[in-house]
Amino acid sequence: MLRLPRFGIVTPTRVEDAVAALATPGARVVAGGTDLLPNLKHRLDAPPVLVSLARLPLGHVTRDGASIVIGAGVTLAALAEHPLIAAEMPSLARAAGLVASPILRNLGTLGGNLCLDTRCRYVNQTEGWREALGRCLKSGGDRCHVVPGGQTCVAALSSDCAPVLVSLDAEVVLHGPAGRRVVPLEALYRADGVAHLTRAPDELLVEVRVPVAPGPRLAAYVKWTVRKSIDFPLISVALRFDLDAEGVDGRIVGASIVAGALASTPRRVRKTEALHGLRLADPATADAVARLAGAQLKPLDNVPYDAVYRRRMIPVHVRRAVAALAAGAS
Amino acid sequence: MDDVVLLRFTLNDAPVEVAAPAHWTLLEVLRYRLDQIGTKQGCDKGDCGACTVQLDGRAVPSCLVLAATVQGRDVRTVEGLRGPALHPLFDALDGAVAAQCGFCTPGIVMAADALLRKVGRPVTAAEVAEGLAGNLCRCTGYQKIVEAVVAASERSEARRG
Ligand SMILES: Cc1cc2nc3c(=O)[nH]c(=O)nc-3n(C[C@H](O)[C@H](O)[C@H](O)COP(=O)(O)OP(=O)(O)OC[C@H]3O[C@@H](n4cnc5c(N)ncnc54)[C@H](O)[C@@H]3O)c2cc1C
Ligand code: SF4
Ligand code: FES
Ligand code: FES
Repeated sequence: MLRLPRFGIVTPTRVEDAVAALATPGARVVAGGTDLLPNLKHRLDAPPVLVSLARLPLGHVTRDGASIVIGAGVTLAALAEHPLIAAEMPSLARAAGLVASPILRNLGTLGGNLCLDTRCRYVNQTEGWREALGRCLKSGGDRCHVVPGGQTCVAALSSDCAPVLVSLDAEVVLHGPAGRRVVPLEALYRADGVAHLTRAPDELLVEVRVPVAPGPRLAAYVKWTVRKSIDFPLISVALRFDLDAEGVDGRIVGASIVAGALASTPRRVRKTEALHGLRLADPATADAVARLAGAQLKPLDNVPYDAVYRRRMIPVHVRRAVAALAAGAS
Repeated sequence: MDDVVLLRFTLNDAPVEVAAPAHWTLLEVLRYRLDQIGTKQGCDKGDCGACTVQLDGRAVPSCLVLAATVQGRDVRTVEGLRGPALHPLFDALDGAVAAQCGFCTPGIVMAADALLRKVGRPVTAAEVAEGLAGNLCRCTGYQKIVEAVVAASERSEARRG
């Protein structure tokens, strides 16, 4: 039996009231609660008050000119099944549909998925477990068990939607006491697993804006876990190829490869220009993409499973995903 | 800010009114305030699905639902599938010997019932496997559960004619 620590709760119906309630020092936002509640049950924080988004009107999915606008409160189940998302951004629909399990996707929201706390095998444990090993940087101690001697926590952002949305150049709308600001999703994250979000404590993520592909595009999301369900990603790579013509015979004119589950920020693979001019129909393209990703993506022993195995399997899974795209499956 | 919440919601078609501390989950309110112990408490952190109930018709793990957020909403537990006739899922699970220790069964039933209503036609084994992917069973190996849910959906269809 895991009990929650004591806290008070507010369930505002207006975004402004939620933001005002976040002025209480230590207050935390709770959306679906599927990340926050297990973490509180594990005593990773002790907020005096939770500000619930359950009654806020943040459940919209609409088209606004050349963008799709998704409310932070949209559940992952709704996102995975939404016709507009399936048609315009299949890699996002796929990632949302692979999060956790069906019952958790009915609760978990997109906002919560993007603001997901970073995870580490040494910290997502009961308090007694953590105490036995000795506290680390993320649990009030002075050392890191993953990188001995390390002074920065490298706990992993294990959100399935974050790498995909970064690969699609999404922006997020943050609503704070002074109003709204729009930032690229990539800029929401910073390289510190203890405080990995650049959002201010009294800012609410209210909306995600994703530009619709201006031309032909093929995109995929690669997720590998030990079990086919429930587990957080152990390998997580979003692929996006912009093409000069529809279909697998089109030549790559833009490519974006973004990995999750490595450290506290999604990691963008560099030098993707090397892929320009290649055609997905050419079997050598899958190898080229796999080599590029494999050379740059280096898993650590922060999430469960052997890091060496994960490292070796990244190019394998990426190659398969590109081959599947070329074969018309996604 | 509330430390104690006074909740009014619909539980298995009947209105209930109950006070609970703000940090309690729906699972705790069901089991320790309302004596609805059909809903099981397993891992308490979203991993196992033993605590699955239906919230506004959708299957959710009640150990991760804050009680305060069910205000005014519709909650259904395994007790709420009781009716004048035996529910086709109970009958099929029994017939297939798909419950051994039975600890996972109430959660399986609630997830399966939500799935059958959503699909609205006889389901395939693959759809059941996907739909129940958040509900662990340590005894049966799943095969009999999947068969039973498929059978229940076919029986419901036959009954609807
Ligand atoms: C067993 C299990 C398996 C899981 N597997 C996966 C998985 O495979 N992939 C995956 O990506 N996730 C997984 N999760 C985590 C989680 O279910 C999802 O990431 C979910 O989308 C989180 O959304 P939520 O609304 O429940 O977040 P919450 O728990 O409500 O919030 C998560 C964090 O974000 C903050 N927050 C929430 N909404 C906002 C907002 N609008 N503005 C600002 N801050 C906000 C909260 O304060 C909290 O810190 C799993 C969880 C469990 C319990
Ligand atoms: S990466 Fe290091 S500091 Fe961060 S949670 Fe893991 S063990 Fe702790
Ligand atoms: S008890 Fe809720 S999922 Fe295990
Ligand atoms: S019957 Fe024992 S856990 Fe499923």
